[in-house]
Amino acid sequence: MENSALNIVVLVKYVPDAQFDRHLIGDAHTIDRSESILSELDEYALEAALALTDARGGAKAGNVVTALTLGPASAAVAVKKSLQIGATQGLHVNDDALAGSDAWATSLALAAAIKTLGPVDLVITGMASTDGETSIIPAQLAARLGLPQVTFASALEVDGGTVTARRDGDDYSEEIQASLPALVSVTDQANDPRYPNFKGIIAAKKKKMTTMSLADLGLSASDVGLAGSLTTVSAAAERPARTAGTIITDSGDAGIQLVDFLAAQKLI
Amino acid sequence: MENLTPDQEAVVEMVRDFAAVELAPHTAAWDEEKHFPVDVLARAGELGMGGIYVAEDFGGSALSRTDAALIFEELAAVDPSIAAYISIHNMVAWMIDAFGNDEQRARLLPGITAMTELCSYCLSEPGVGSDAAAITTRAVADGEDYLINGTKQFISGAGASAWYLVMVRTADLGSRGITAVVVPHDAPGLSFGANEKKMGWRAQPTRQVFFDNVRIPQANRLGAEGDGFGIAMKGLNGGRVNIGACSLGGGRAALEKSIAYLKERQAFGGPLIEKQHLLFEIAHMDTELELARTMLRRAARALDDGAPDTVKLCAMAKWVATDAGFHVADQALQLHGGYGYLSEYGLEKLVRDLRVHQILEGSNEIMQLIVGRLAVER
Repeated sequence: MENSALNIVVLVKYVPDAQFDRHLIGDAHTIDRSESILSELDEYALEAALALTDARGGAKAGNVVTALTLGPASAAVAVKKSLQIGATQGLHVNDDALAGSDAWATSLALAAAIKTLGPVDLVITGMASTDGETSIIPAQLAARLGLPQVTFASALEVDGGTVTARRDGDDYSEEIQASLPALVSVTDQANDPRYPNFKGIIAAKKKKMTTMSLADLGLSASDVGLAGSLTTVSAAAERPARTAGTIITDSGDAGIQLVDFLAAQKLI
Repeated sequence: MENLTPDQEAVVEMVRDFAAVELAPHTAAWDEEKHFPVDVLARAGELGMGGIYVAEDFGGSALSRTDAALIFEELAAVDPSIAAYISIHNMVAWMIDAFGNDEQRARLLPGITAMTELCSYCLSEPGVGSDAAAITTRAVADGEDYLINGTKQFISGAGASAWYLVMVRTADLGSRGITAVVVPHDAPGLSFGANEKKMGWRAQPTRQVFFDNVRIPQANRLGAEGDGFGIAMKGLNGGRVNIGACSLGGGRAALEKSIAYLKERQAFGGPLIEKQHLLFEIAHMDTELELARTMLRRAARALDDGAPDTVKLCAMAKWVATDAGFHVADQALQLHGGYGYLSEYGLEKLVRDLRVHQILEGSNEIMQLIVGRLAVER
């Protein structure tokens, strides 16, 4: 199976644009999702998948990259953007009962969705979502699917039935191998994500986009949402506005005041 | 603005991302160092910007002229100099696509649409600008070849381009004696002048192109002998909309900078935006640009539809949009006061870059000549 076609699933998430200030809305203080985009961290996962399949002749050679998301109707935007960038097909898990799902419940539904895609060689995810930032989904998903997991890869290669990934620590690098099928999460150092080109944008409309409910996945409402979650968010509050800093007016002893201030903060 | 289709929104978003990441951090340095970023142009080619409205079979993106205008507006909002060069490249790519035969299209278009092979449009000469039918660069048939002699002036991309679409005289029949030929960069006898020192558009080279017994096969001729003037003018219809869109983008950037500055700048006890005469100035600028956008949209749609009044609408749109873009940029500089005159704020570059749009692709005086003549001919 040397360099044979790959069937890859990429997890993509529709998140508030991290470039701008994010706000909490409503009584429950949920995050305002009105200005949302495909998570930038997921673009690295998609690029990793496309680089692997491009090297194997792309869609024409039978390679498949499925962009999978879970979320409300608006989350389809993340899948559509992935299709424009180059994913082969899209899968959107959308069910009202999913609202309030924590990582545990989310990974249950994602695992069920991935199982509908037949034998998958690789599941590739980003290193975190830029909204919830639990970073736990990849590990939970690997456990649920019974796959070896390699997290925080800054490089990956597939040769035959083996995936090799590099993990960069602060003062070391390690190379990890796993047999396929496997799950890999990639960091923002893994590659340089491509832009969708004009042809990709136009072609995306003709690509297969499937939406599945919980019933389609063989799950019931009590498996997910708040009922199926192990954790609940008990409170959420916006970070308090920054208070004005201390301004020292130099009347000859500014240096002393500055040192006193730093010492009081235990910074020196 | 009229509602964009979802595809157009996605196209605009991609171009905006590309310009923000690949152009914006470098525009000031490219301007100062007169650097022509051919590597970045090749990246733009990968995204489909080398043949925006070229057919798909040899790498074109097959988008509409309306789409192209949106794309050039976005590029120019970050760098009019780069946007305008891409517009010239696209004009030539389209002319080869539209008027080339199957062999020429298959041979020339793949590299051109990928933007790994750049194009230059060679019409003006040292003594012939607006009076384009009077060109003197001459091609003489020699067996299966042409021998070309003459000089072309103000040629964008010259020296870096792989292909030169050259209007040559093949007969002394005025505009009917002009023929369009494609000259490769390595043709013996082809040489280039010094990179001209210019007010703006410094991120793209402008040189003279010299033809000294340049021999090319007649198989490099687009269409028949005598078709050249019509081909050149048809190319320019689209070129005028594109350059107008570049002015719109540059003007929009100047307006956005001005609004942000007037909100922030405190004088006479409050932010300047509270001064009504400055608010009125913003209103003028915004309205001028919206008028330009409307005219450009109409002209682009006429090109897409092959409407009978295409020539008139393209000339009007070019005139209105390039005047608007320059006026808005100049006014934005004024609103910024002394800071506008500093390179760091980016306003003076916009003024310098947009000024030439009133001169090239047919000067705005020639636009008025076209519009006036068409008006009284009816």
